[in-house]
Amino acid sequence: MTDLAETPVVRSAWVITAKERRTLLVSVLIFIAASLVPLVFGGYVLQVMISIVMYTAFATSWLLFSGPTNYIALCTAAFFGIGMYVTAGGIDLMPYPALIALSGVAGAALAAIVGLATLRVSGVYFVIFSLGLAELVRQIMTWGQHVFGTMSGLYVTIDRSEPMYYWQLLLATAVIFLVGWGIGRSRLGFALRIIGNDEVVAVHCGINTARAKVVLFIISSTFASMIGALVAPRWGYVEPVVAFNPFLSFQVVIMALLGGTHRLWGPLLGVIPFTLMWELISIEFPDQTTLLLGVSFLLIVYVIPNGITGLIEDAWQRHGKIGGSIQGPLQRALVTSSGTLKSLLQRGKSGNA
Amino acid sequence: MDIVIIGLLLGGTYALMAMGLQLQYGVARIMNLANGEILIAGAFGAFWFFAGTKASPLLSLLFVVPLAFVLNYAIYLVLILPLVRRAKSQGKLEVDSILATFGLSFIFIGIMVAAFGAQYTDYAYLSEPIFIFGERYGLNRVVAFLASGALCAGLYVWLYMTRAGLALRAVSVNPSAAGLVSINVIRTSALAFALGGAVTAAGGVLLSMYLTFDASYGVVFTLKALIIVILGGVGDIRGTIVASFILGLAETAVATLIDPGLTLAAAYVLFMIVLLVRPEGLFGRRTA
Repeated sequence: MTDLAETPVVRSAWVITAKERRTLLVSVLIFIAASLVPLVFGGYVLQVMISIVMYTAFATSWLLFSGPTNYIALCTAAFFGIGMYVTAGGIDLMPYPALIALSGVAGAALAAIVGLATLRVSGVYFVIFSLGLAELVRQIMTWGQHVFGTMSGLYVTIDRSEPMYYWQLLLATAVIFLVGWGIGRSRLGFALRIIGNDEVVAVHCGINTARAKVVLFIISSTFASMIGALVAPRWGYVEPVVAFNPFLSFQVVIMALLGGTHRLWGPLLGVIPFTLMWELISIEFPDQTTLLLGVSFLLIVYVIPNGITGLIEDAWQRHGKIGGSIQGPLQRALVTSSGTLKSLLQRGKSGNA
Repeated sequence: MDIVIIGLLLGGTYALMAMGLQLQYGVARIMNLANGEILIAGAFGAFWFFAGTKASPLLSLLFVVPLAFVLNYAIYLVLILPLVRRAKSQGKLEVDSILATFGLSFIFIGIMVAAFGAQYTDYAYLSEPIFIFGERYGLNRVVAFLASGALCAGLYVWLYMTRAGLALRAVSVNPSAAGLVSINVIRTSALAFALGGAVTAAGGVLLSMYLTFDASYGVVFTLKALIIVILGGVGDIRGTIVASFILGLAETAVATLIDPGLTLAAAYVLFMIVLLVRPEGLFGRRTA
């Protein structure tokens, strides 16, 4: 890595190109426009908008880890629930902003344990671990409440208006996007893209793959926990079955996949149509939601494996424009050279055998 | 003493369920996250049969097992095979099959909720006591254990004494080498996947005789089966059986000594220990 960093091709993380400045400007304008929504709309429209922003925050923070590494994290609900519980449990002891930070710390701690145990070993073990994590934390919480003799449900009473929730979540989303963008430009993001392309190559490049993955998983989970803290007062009443509902983990994955997992703004394109469709489904077929969710999941996996962003980029390329290409010249060069390196390694192996 | 016997009885029944997953993951190399839902479907099959006829739920194995076999064969051909063909690498296949079977598990839950409702379900069969070393245990637990033992033994003999079993083990060791000695890898994998599903469903029938379950409880069994398979070592039947007993004992110990609500935590503790100490499992081969 070090010799790569010293070649003139790699820009310093602080230099912002004209193209990036344009993207930033457009993003800022979109966020300003989005922040005006509560001034115009209220009631049901605002409710749906809050859902959209919340799921965008979840799906984008999920993407921070699962996008580049291809490790499917199925545990958003566990971190969300932790955020809710920290907030509900501490609301009488601490000011609310401190609780949001504390939720992040609690989530980060759990993520560190899970990451250190599983991510050094293999991706499959991580997925398995994440699958039951929400249920595990729920069991421990229920047990803890039983032992300490508190009630199973907790009330969170803070007075917040609906527009306030919306702005809080929007701000969180903006931060997640900014962090995601920053990671993408950093050495960490670069290392992760190599890991995602080929982990063997990444190891041979001298990347500490386990550390990169654990750090990213911690970042991603911290956000999920903090969103839990942001949403807790809106729910008002927190109990284990609701806070650790595995459905959430599932919805987040499906939305991110629908949007596409190789672009930071991919989940956004998945969240909007999915949330609207979901509103419709839960009104029209309230009893078949699980079934329909499963069916739509399979449709996405089989029919549009690269998500909506994949479709857009395909269409873009068919129009003869290369502007939508995924990798910059440096990354392309690295992928090519990593392919060569890999074939060399394999040749070396078979030569030895 | 209680803990040991109940733990062994539970572990023996877990062994069957874990053998099913072992066939799917160890041989067909498909990480099937819908495995637990197949188990719950088997449990509902037994419940439905028992409620309708009052005959022994063991008889429901006669239709649950073939149905699960056909269903899983169809799942492999329709859903998994396109992914196997599409996948450029084993890693990509793993991601795709995890996603596909994860989606599938929600479809199963949806269907089972529609058919049987979302409430907790159990039934009383052979709930009279039996005395072992002077302590009383549920007869249904003992019967389930014995039935599981018989089925496991049958499966073991089939795997180690027949030509088809040999082919399965060959694919488990190395799919591409198995192809070189004219084993039809895709058909063998499909067979292993279907058989695995059938065995899991049989495990569900046996567990339903004394456990309470509901439509969305499958994920817990998926996890337990996965943890058993990893603890024992992927591709190793002996390991699976030993690990089943370890999990059965650990769960029973936690349930009796600490809290019955913490059984999953017990499984996770075992999982953590394996990951930290011996990631390849008790009997697993360390990969280079």
